[in-house]
Amino acid sequence: MANQAHEETLALREQFDTEAQQKDASTLGMWIFLVTEIMFFGGMFLAYTIYRSTYPEIFAVCSSSLNVYIGAANTVVLLCSSFTMVLAVRSAQLGRQRAIVFNLILTLALGFVFLGVKAYEWNEKFVEHHIPGPGFHFEGIAQQGPAQLFFSLYFAMTGLHALHMLIGGGILTWLIIRTKQGAFTAEYMTPVDVAGLYWHFVDIIWIFLFPLLYLIDRHLK
Amino acid sequence: MITAAVQEREHYLNASYGIKSWLLTKDHKRIGLLYLATITLFFFLGGAFATLIRIELLTPQGDLVSSETYNKLFTMHGVTMIFFFLIPSIPATLGNFFLPMMIGARDLAFPRLNLLSWYLLVVGGLFSLFAMLAGGVDTGWTFYTPYSTSYSNTWVIATAVGIFIAGFSSILTGLNFIVTIHRMRAPGMTWFRMPLFVWAHYATSLIQVLGTPVLAVTLLLVLCERLFHIGIFDPALGGDPVLFQHLFWFYSHPAVYIMILPAMGVVSEIISTFSRKPIFGYGFVAFSSVSIAVLGFLVWGHHMFVSTQSVYAGMVFSFLSYFVAIPSAIKVFNWTATLYKGSISFATPMLYAFGFIGLFTMGGLTGLFLACLGIDVHVTDTYFVVAHFHYIMVGGAIMGFLGGLHFWWPKMTGRMYPEGWAKLSALTIFLGFNLTFFPQFILGYLGMPRRYHVYPEEFQVLHVLSTAGASVLAVGYMIPMIYLIWSLRYGQIAVANPWGATGLEWKTASPPPLHNFDETPIVTHEAYDYTTVMEEVIEVG
Ligand code: HEM
Ligand SMILES: [Cu+2]
Repeated sequence: MANQAHEETLALREQFDTEAQQKDASTLGMWIFLVTEIMFFGGMFLAYTIYRSTYPEIFAVCSSSLNVYIGAANTVVLLCSSFTMVLAVRSAQLGRQRAIVFNLILTLALGFVFLGVKAYEWNEKFVEHHIPGPGFHFEGIAQQGPAQLFFSLYFAMTGLHALHMLIGGGILTWLIIRTKQGAFTAEYMTPVDVAGLYWHFVDIIWIFLFPLLYLIDRHLK
Repeated sequence: MITAAVQEREHYLNASYGIKSWLLTKDHKRIGLLYLATITLFFFLGGAFATLIRIELLTPQGDLVSSETYNKLFTMHGVTMIFFFLIPSIPATLGNFFLPMMIGARDLAFPRLNLLSWYLLVVGGLFSLFAMLAGGVDTGWTFYTPYSTSYSNTWVIATAVGIFIAGFSSILTGLNFIVTIHRMRAPGMTWFRMPLFVWAHYATSLIQVLGTPVLAVTLLLVLCERLFHIGIFDPALGGDPVLFQHLFWFYSHPAVYIMILPAMGVVSEIISTFSRKPIFGYGFVAFSSVSIAVLGFLVWGHHMFVSTQSVYAGMVFSFLSYFVAIPSAIKVFNWTATLYKGSISFATPMLYAFGFIGLFTMGGLTGLFLACLGIDVHVTDTYFVVAHFHYIMVGGAIMGFLGGLHFWWPKMTGRMYPEGWAKLSALTIFLGFNLTFFPQFILGYLGMPRRYHVYPEEFQVLHVLSTAGASVLAVGYMIPMIYLIWSLRYGQIAVANPWGATGLEWKTASPPPLHNFDETPIVTHEAYDYTTVMEEVIEVG
């Protein structure tokens, strides 16, 4: 077996022996990356768990000030974007370039709808003085501190999630450009596949955030 | 035969020239050297801070620097040494260079990601460097809240951003290694034929991948707290500053194993090579690395015995800390058993390996003292702790690093280092090290707190001894710096396998060709099988 026999292509970089090996490696790499992401978000989920169990009532009251309907609608938007992402991956497997582009654009659009709605919600918090800091005030609660903690966590967690959405948006844009350049075929579509994994992950994070932030007062009623 | 061919033969160093061919390289070997240059700079920067600290401590009064400056000095010393030198040290240099070669691969799975990791370290380093030049930071390398979030008026943000970025360098290196070990092994290279160096790096990578993100999010929350008043750790809001400590040590205890496990991997290679025997209990040593990585995640509370942790939690963490000592001891015993009836030669790498075993044992045993609740209350935050972790990190990790650097220097550069000077420096480092840090055990036991620059008269003798030792140590570190650079030009030409070692990296020329091997190797033997090597090696040294 000669060592540097093959020409480098996108589907077969020179360090790999076979296409299958390269695809395997990329997929494994993305899964490990997602594990690091779980640990990353995990720190915030831990802080959330501790403070919510320390201040259950205040967290419930603060949570009820969030708009459940908007949150729920946004969840649906995000789920739809995951669906269109799956369609994009499927089109890539079938080698249908135009369908890939179409579905990716749809995914991207839904992602931006989500972020738009999120921005609207954040803006509401500004108006209501629910932004942590010296100007913070939450009506009808004696202990303002823990209320601020809730909103600190709210902004930290949704903010970090939104940042991941933005990065995802960047990846999608890059994929759209590359697809248009004809980089992906039915044989080589690993980037689409791997980006799909990432997008679903970001989606799943929201699936946890939504009930933890919006729905906890229901649990006490 | 190889000696004559080396001038004309194409290898990774002469395959291309120019700055661009280095800064844009995807070759894991060149990236390893980029890292080597980078961390060497940081090592000497951290060393400069340490020098100032030791000079200040010569006298009981604060005469060289003010208290504020002193706080900055030990902070910047710790930050530089831990995040920009020790964490990347062995994995990013020797690991980068040799891990793919040891498993018979042409490169890591993701060469471009590898290059990106180096850039991240550099950018992170620049942020922290900027913070240091702009006025420094004084929180200690531990960034405890609420001091770091609410009170410190120094460059916490820039430093933390630097560490955050460097953290991603570490994460991506770990990710790259794990995928490489899983997917890039040469035909016949089964898991249990891998050199123990590779096992050690596998375990290290697990920690990097699982632990570092927690540090990242913790620093992110500190940043948000400083920048946007998001008060996650703020007691004024009902937040808990101790939560920060939990999150911080959840990374930072495992991180001490990021520093020591690779060094253990190096020591396994050296001990086997220079006693010409397979490592005794290969499987045990391999699994002890992995179990250290796993158990290492369960003991962080031993850093918080006196910070509001309940007695029960303290007892559990104490017990689990004792537990980590088991896999560590397994390694030490197995190395010793390997030496038994071996045909031992005392080349420089072996001297470093011996140094490692002795000093790591001291560090580990004093770790057990600290893991004992009653003793820890007495010596926590004293020089005893300082001595403990320096025995492991300087006595252990840096010894391992230098041992590995000498061991593989011929392979990396194609030149031998001068053996006499190398032995002299190894000895100097060992003596200087003990003179520096042994007195600190006594100081700590007598009650000298860490992080103070003014101290009672009666401690002066021990402090002077320590500073004297530090000067010897500094000389010990300068000597290799000089002769290694000298050897690049004037060193004896190295043959492919100067030590008669067994790893695949020795089966290719020194320095290796661009793609490591002319033919993809096919592995038919266990690791450390000296019977086959003896047949292959004709000329030695
Ligand atoms: C193997 C490599 C090890 C390294 C690199 C290491 C490093 C460190 C470091 C850096 C600290 C000081 C943290 C600080 O306060 O700033 C420390 C403290 C400590 N180490 Fe280790 N350690 C190692 C092994 C061990 C082992 C094997 C044990 C026990 C089984 C141990 C037990 C402790 C304890 C209990 C403390 C806390 C002391 C205190 O602050 O009260 N260490 N170690
Ligand atoms: Cu620890």
